[in-house]
Amino acid sequence: MLDNFNNLVSQFWPQTMDGLIKGSIYALVALGYTMVYGVLRLINFAHSEIFMIGTMGSLVVLTTLGISSPVSGVALIGLLMLMAVVGMLASGGTAVLLEQIAYRPLRKRGSSRLAALISAIGASLFLAEFFALVVIPWLFDRPGQGRNIIGVKRFMQREELFTIGNLTVTNDQVLVLGAAVMMMILLDLLVNRTKIGRGIRATAQDPQTAVLMGVNIDRVVRTTFLIGGAMAGVAGTLWLLKYENTRFNIGFLLGIKAFTAAVLGGIGNVRGALVGGFVLGLVENYGASFFGSAWLDVVAFIILVLVLMFRPTGILGESLQVARA
Amino acid sequence: MKIGFIGDLTGDNAAIVIPPRNGAQLAIDEYNAKNPKVKIELVPLDSKADPSTAANLAKTAITEHKVVGIIGPAFSGESQQVQPILEEAKIPSVSPSATRTALADAGMQFWHRVVANDDVQGPAAAEFVARAVKPKKAFVIDDKSAYGQGLGQAVQKALGSSAEVQTDSFEATATDFSSTVNKVAAFNPDFVFFGGYYAQAGPLLKQLRDKGIKAGFMSGDGSLHTQLIEGAGAEQAEGALLSCPCKIAYAWAAQDENSKKFTDTFKSKFSGQLPEIYATEGYDAASAFIKAIEAGNTDPVKINDFLKTVDFQGLGKQVKFTDKGEVEDKNVYIYQVKGGEIVSVGNSTEATIG
Amino acid sequence: MIKNRVSGVFDTIHDTWAGLPGWQRWIVYAALFVLALALPSLPISSFMSPHVSWGDVLFFPIGVYILLALGLNIVVGKAGLLDLGFVAFFAIGAYHIAYIGTQTEWNFWAILPIAVLMAAVSGIILGAPTLRLRGDYLAIVTLGFGEIVRITAVNTEAIGGTNGIAGIPHPPSVEGVVFFGHEIFKYGLLDSRPYYYLLVLLCAIVIILTVRWDHSRVGRAWAAIREDEDAAEVMGVPTYKFKLLAFATGAAIGGATGVFWAGKVISIVPQDFPFMLSATILAAVVLGGSGNIPGVMLGAFLVAWLPERFRGFAEYRILVFGAVLVLMMALRPEGLIPSRQRKAELKAGTGGMGSLGAEVGGPDSVEAAEVAK
Repeated sequence: MLDNFNNLVSQFWPQTMDGLIKGSIYALVALGYTMVYGVLRLINFAHSEIFMIGTMGSLVVLTTLGISSPVSGVALIGLLMLMAVVGMLASGGTAVLLEQIAYRPLRKRGSSRLAALISAIGASLFLAEFFALVVIPWLFDRPGQGRNIIGVKRFMQREELFTIGNLTVTNDQVLVLGAAVMMMILLDLLVNRTKIGRGIRATAQDPQTAVLMGVNIDRVVRTTFLIGGAMAGVAGTLWLLKYENTRFNIGFLLGIKAFTAAVLGGIGNVRGALVGGFVLGLVENYGASFFGSAWLDVVAFIILVLVLMFRPTGILGESLQVARA
Repeated sequence: MKIGFIGDLTGDNAAIVIPPRNGAQLAIDEYNAKNPKVKIELVPLDSKADPSTAANLAKTAITEHKVVGIIGPAFSGESQQVQPILEEAKIPSVSPSATRTALADAGMQFWHRVVANDDVQGPAAAEFVARAVKPKKAFVIDDKSAYGQGLGQAVQKALGSSAEVQTDSFEATATDFSSTVNKVAAFNPDFVFFGGYYAQAGPLLKQLRDKGIKAGFMSGDGSLHTQLIEGAGAEQAEGALLSCPCKIAYAWAAQDENSKKFTDTFKSKFSGQLPEIYATEGYDAASAFIKAIEAGNTDPVKINDFLKTVDFQGLGKQVKFTDKGEVEDKNVYIYQVKGGEIVSVGNSTEATIG
Repeated sequence: MIKNRVSGVFDTIHDTWAGLPGWQRWIVYAALFVLALALPSLPISSFMSPHVSWGDVLFFPIGVYILLALGLNIVVGKAGLLDLGFVAFFAIGAYHIAYIGTQTEWNFWAILPIAVLMAAVSGIILGAPTLRLRGDYLAIVTLGFGEIVRITAVNTEAIGGTNGIAGIPHPPSVEGVVFFGHEIFKYGLLDSRPYYYLLVLLCAIVIILTVRWDHSRVGRAWAAIREDEDAAEVMGVPTYKFKLLAFATGAAIGGATGVFWAGKVISIVPQDFPFMLSATILAAVVLGGSGNIPGVMLGAFLVAWLPERFRGFAEYRILVFGAVLVLMMALRPEGLIPSRQRKAELKAGTGGMGSLGAEVGGPDSVEAAEVAK
């Protein structure tokens, strides 16, 4: 036990840094779950594949431009922007399409949320397999190898920025963390300060009244999927930057983690997604440091249960909507 | 006559099961091309590495396809469930790639494998490390799979006498290894061993290198795949060591005429694919059955009796089984990533690294 | 409008059925039971399962999925609790028979009640702290529970760790009981039939139990909870107790299924219990018609059978399966054979477990939205 504790102490700062970085990607993906849940009260299981598609979209930019060595300066910023935009388009577009095909018919008929959940699971299976069998072999010219890992050549040189004790901070870490937090702030402003955001909030709280007030529900739902998907696209770009690989099933585990983060922070709550993502990332790494990495997921879920026992609606509570029975 | 092939042909680790399937197919095609009296047909059965499915498929192979033998199952977990079924049905099997040690201790008469087990590979790899790398501090990681954990523990045990060892394990689905990487960094070893599959070995190696850990890296047969280089990046993978109780044909092509010929035939037959890991073993497993059938055996029990006495120079090794069904050849070979390619550095007992 | 006609046919059948005298219904039940027993021996195997032996497929996945779906149906369909970690109870049942069976000399039938009881207890242990949570929070917690059980099994060497447990005892055989050329009580490795018969028997018991409860205070309490928990609480229904009961019952059925399954396959590993199995069983329940026993059984049958039947599609079968789920939900969101009560709820616009958000007055929402423009 004492040994475990010493481990945690000696690895504390590096584990914190990596936990935050992992958490920031959880948070970006969690946004998609949280916004869709806030408006539709639906667990969009296929969001994990939306994220995967984001990584693929960003990757297309790299392969098309034939980037095989690190770039820097303005070129790097331009490249990252382009990757993010294409990733957002791919993810956001798929999310909107998904809503149109899989969820809208159910919504129009006032179906149970359970049916929508199964539709989401079906869509998730379909998208992952569709990419493994058709899209990846075709996009990246890998016939019959759609299930393999796709490695990415380093496109951003990693440099140490500074070192404190045993914590070394590198430029890619700062970039991932900074970009994620910036996106969250922008989104928070969008939801709380703009007309689109007001529509989303109104629909989340009371769709009947929102309609009477002239809110176009269909458009609000579509926008919600678009924004959530776009955030997953950004997460996809950051994933490629940090991990430099992707695969048809890369979203599966991340999706479950991100959903956990959303619930932990308070589902339906944009700031909750950020808090939940960070808390989950940190708890995972501290827990793994203490008990061994094999227990990482167990620690994460036990913390989730404990939080929900004392705060039944997550750390920050539900806020896009008031809790509806 | 039909021979079944059971293994994960479409799942996450299909990239190390399709090569032995193709290897077996190649051996059978070559045999059929000679216009023998009895032709052989290979029946591929996709288990997705799920033991229950594999068990169902084994019975299907017996009752519906009336196979006279099984090549596989590819992995240890599925083998454990299929073994007793084949035993009861008296159908011989030869696995090209199931390496869990305990499989041979179940007292099976109809079960064989053409690959040495983890208790051979682990200590051989560790002895090689102790001799050629001489680490003082080693970190052993495993993926908690039946295969990875077994191999990791064998290495840990063998290294324990000469080096200070720490360990960590993660889930076989994990993609972020930062907690493990930080443990490694804190321990600051001069050598890291990973027991697990290529899908995680590549990203793990990359994340280790990105943390500035320059310790030597080694993994076992499950990671011996060009996918390791794809996942880690050529620069990060450079110098990584791999052990396998098998000969990888393309890595041996320069030294060995048969391996070169096999590599060329394989590539031309399977649209340019390399004969990745266990392609050789798939070929040898099929060859063992072919020898039995060539000798005029058509009944599964007779074929099994023949397998007990079979002794021929296969592509990768001398194929001769012990009473328990293990292959007698216990050579372990060491490979290294050099210039973005996997090359052979020889037998584990004499290999050195530059 | 074809859809309406189909529903009409179902309604007619249902009305006729409900009007039959009790003894006639029992004859039909008995006939169905015999038919189920005869299934593996009927000359339909080449059509039903051209790729894998039919008798085996009937036991696993078909039989096992149907039983799991019946168990999950009590939790999801009856009490309206969303459970995404049902596989945990299947695992707990399987691990109990495996551990006790290999550590002691006890008979299969002696271990069965212990394993079922332990599964029920674990249902209560999971439920006690979490059942106060609502809908989707429960979903993620149960999902977590399923993963915790699996990972704990991987990491606990005392129960075999990642290698699992091998050498699980079969039920004791009674040899020499031959029926149409088959030993029906000989529990060996090659013939799945005797195990399948056990599943059919267990299925019958579960169905009788569920139907009995449905028409009792318990069933009404569950319906009340499903419809409006707050109202139920106010009306004096001890909702927490009844939710726990649903959880424990479902868990016990899942556990029993695990026992029979493990007793046949002899060795189990933690990877036998992935999250996807929970999701698949949930899909079966909803696809068939959550809350309705024949529907749930049909759903489980299809979910288990289709991927095996279409093994010929090889790589494409999961893709097709996913697409079919989406399509089916779009066409028949209430399930293939929805429960009557549930259909009425749907008309009222709540659809049982609450409908999707952003809905405006149920099925007429299209017009409502048009007006608003």
